[in-house]
Amino acid sequence: MNNINHNVEPVLQAKGLMKRYGTVVAMNGADFELYPNEVLGVIGDNGAGKTTLIRAISGATAPDHGTIELDGKVVNFNTPDDARNAGIETVYQNLALSPALSIADNMFLGREIREKGIMGKLFRKLDHKKMETFARDKLSELGLLTIQNINQAVETLSGGQRQGVAVARAAAFGSKVVIMDEPTAALGVKESRRVLDLIQDVKSKGIPIVLISHNMPHIFEVCDRIHIHRLGRRLCTVDPKIISMSDAVAMMTGAMEPPPEALVT
Amino acid sequence: MSQSEFETNLNSTDSAVAVFERDDQTFLSNVRNAVRSYPTLVPALVLIVSILIFGIIAPRFLSPGVLSLVLQQVTVIGIVAIAQTLIILTAGIDLSVGAILVLSTFVMGRLAVSSGVPLPIAIAGGMAIGTLMGAFNGFLVAKIKLPPFIVTLGTLSVFTALKLWYSGSESIRNSDIEANAPSLLWFGEAAARPFGATITYGGIALILLAAVFWYILQHTAWGRHVYAIGDDPEAAALSGIKTDNTLISVYAVAGLICGFGAWVAIGRVGSISPISFEEINLATITAVVIGGTSLFGGRGSIPGSVLGALIVGVFTTGLSLAGVDDYWQMFAVGNLVLIAVALDQWLRRATQ
Repeated sequence: MNNINHNVEPVLQAKGLMKRYGTVVAMNGADFELYPNEVLGVIGDNGAGKTTLIRAISGATAPDHGTIELDGKVVNFNTPDDARNAGIETVYQNLALSPALSIADNMFLGREIREKGIMGKLFRKLDHKKMETFARDKLSELGLLTIQNINQAVETLSGGQRQGVAVARAAAFGSKVVIMDEPTAALGVKESRRVLDLIQDVKSKGIPIVLISHNMPHIFEVCDRIHIHRLGRRLCTVDPKIISMSDAVAMMTGAMEPPPEALVT
Repeated sequence: MSQSEFETNLNSTDSAVAVFERDDQTFLSNVRNAVRSYPTLVPALVLIVSILIFGIIAPRFLSPGVLSLVLQQVTVIGIVAIAQTLIILTAGIDLSVGAILVLSTFVMGRLAVSSGVPLPIAIAGGMAIGTLMGAFNGFLVAKIKLPPFIVTLGTLSVFTALKLWYSGSESIRNSDIEANAPSLLWFGEAAARPFGATITYGGIALILLAAVFWYILQHTAWGRHVYAIGDDPEAAALSGIKTDNTLISVYAVAGLICGFGAWVAIGRVGSISPISFEEINLATITAVVIGGTSLFGGRGSIPGSVLGALIVGVFTTGLSLAGVDDYWQMFAVGNLVLIAVALDQWLRRATQ
């Protein structure tokens, strides 16, 4: 048994989450831990309940039972906004970008900065300049420089570029945790490579990442630990350096018991 | 960290995939990008060109008097088109704006003329009723999740029935308004008469109102949210925008604008009639579409809609000065709508 994170408190922890939709049990006592400075992969077969788990920790779904703790404090998220305000940013599979709005507008959608003084207070005027500068800085921080026009509409960008904007937004505002749901599912080989590099960039800034993906090579490449979800709960957490991809798939489909030497806490 | 074998070849290739630059710098794409970035460019050009062309066909057209007449004719349509623009930007449509407008004129008229209520209260009352009717539309769209077309088709009948009941199917005559509440007619008065043109307070109100709502849409968070909701409501919600409340507020503000438009309309027409402004629903949608706002939501502008209203005014006045029959005026405006929608589709396709 490897204990790579002993003596470190988890950043984000869920205990005994339960969620029922009518007669369907989506979460059945699901546990979850994310430690500082790690990339945690979450894998599971379709219908295993990993989406519900992710929705719970990103505030999109409220669990029926169980607790979620952020930095050791119990939190109750009722909307994605609650989770965002607590420092948890999510890159959704559909990216949640507004195509006709500019890159800068999208980065600040729902948390616009107003101008100081009377123009901001009385006339609610937005500080476009400040937001554009910030957006440009964040994109160049992630190596997405050579932006000709930060005011160009998101719809004029390619799939990989859009993913870059969504990741930059999450990395810019996610002070505690960044969650990425299938960030490479819609991308080509080269663009996927760019997103995997982005994940490393975000990690190097000291923000732990939850990566949900069906793409085993990607998971095994960037993740420090892999959380395997099965039948509404966590089956185990394994060390990707010890087990193989086919073993991981066998475990998540129930064809194999988790080998004790691969487990990590 | 090991890369998959098939990916190792990539290291030797150009990795500039996520770089923000454009590679399609053809003439057509430049035009497309210019139009997309400055959506009022096309209606502004169309307006200028059509004024010049009608000036050549009918020389009388280019006189200040005729041009200011066009502005007077489109004053009410322009104001209501501002309300319609807000709603169409959210990918909605409002077929009840005309009914809201006329019912509000009767609330103002009955309170001020028949009941002798002080004018400011009568006007505030009319605008409050307009806001309330708009908010009712918004509630049905946002909370009950009904399609805007069906909601406002229903409330069009409901508000029209209320209008007929409240008015008793009777007009309020100009002489009665002048005797009891002359200030209700203020927006119809001339503010200035430069070079034989007649600029009414209503025309000035239209320009100011358009400027205010241009500012709100471009420079406030609420304005950006209106665009985001029309563009992709799910993305807007995931971005933390309270989409339901914003939608209700959009319909309520549209109702408020119609309420204000009611005051301007009383001045423009001079009397209050239950059968006035019956064609204004479609006229405002026409102005909005010609102004470059997309019926699919998320793109367009307030100045565009005012320009759109002016274009329709220029066409009908210009053609009638040129001696063209009414039905050919309709024919021309109809074609303008079709061209505008086709242009919008072309712009949208180009973004895929």
